[in-house]
Amino acid sequence: MNEQVTAVADTLIQLTLILLVASLFLTFYRLARGPSTPDRVVALDLMALIVVGFIATYAVATDQPVLLDAAIVLALISFLSTVAFARYLEKRSAP
Amino acid sequence: MTYLVGAALGFLGSLFMLLAAVGIVRMPDLFGRLQAATKAATLGIGLVLTAVAVHFWDLGVTTRAAATVAFVFLTGPVGAHMIARAAYFVAVPLWEGTLTDELRGHYDRRTHQLESAAPGAAAAPPAPASEKDA
Repeated sequence: MNEQVTAVADTLIQLTLILLVASLFLTFYRLARGPSTPDRVVALDLMALIVVGFIATYAVATDQPVLLDAAIVLALISFLSTVAFARYLEKRSAP
Repeated sequence: MTYLVGAALGFLGSLFMLLAAVGIVRMPDLFGRLQAATKAATLGIGLVLTAVAVHFWDLGVTTRAAATVAFVFLTGPVGAHMIARAAYFVAVPLWEGTLTDELRGHYDRRTHQLESAAPGAAAAPPAPASEKDA
């Protein structure tokens, strides 16, 4: 019984990693194709969030809580880059 | 049992992340993509980090996960608003099925100030489909 529960949970964690990688690829399609620059900025922001989720799930899969620190730093940096890109776009439109 | 609950929460969160990715590919214009990506991904991150907190069940890990969730919940809307504002000034084309654009003519093109009455030098993004208004 207990072994079955553990096996189901392990499968769920593997499925989580697979789904996150799939969504990373879908978002990369928008990053590569996106007709305008703001589209690419949005895709980059979403990719950073997906990677944060991937690192957190990987911390669960490998039982290493230390990996969470990398996730925190990535979330901070992704917000900074989003704000910087938005400022750049806005300043460029009004000289 | 805690292990299974954590894994199920993480799986649910990854489903929402996949929803955000599908939304960013399938939505017709920038603002639709923006709202799909921001809202679904924020919920997904919240669920995945809750799964981490449930899995480890430790004070230090829970604090770090809660701090990350709080940070993402605070900065997600701020970043989305800044991108949307910048995109409106760059005049990113709206979806051809858009019915109203309530900001049209209310931004001063030079100073980026918002006026309640339309100023003379109005920022003019491409007009939405006007046949639908008639």
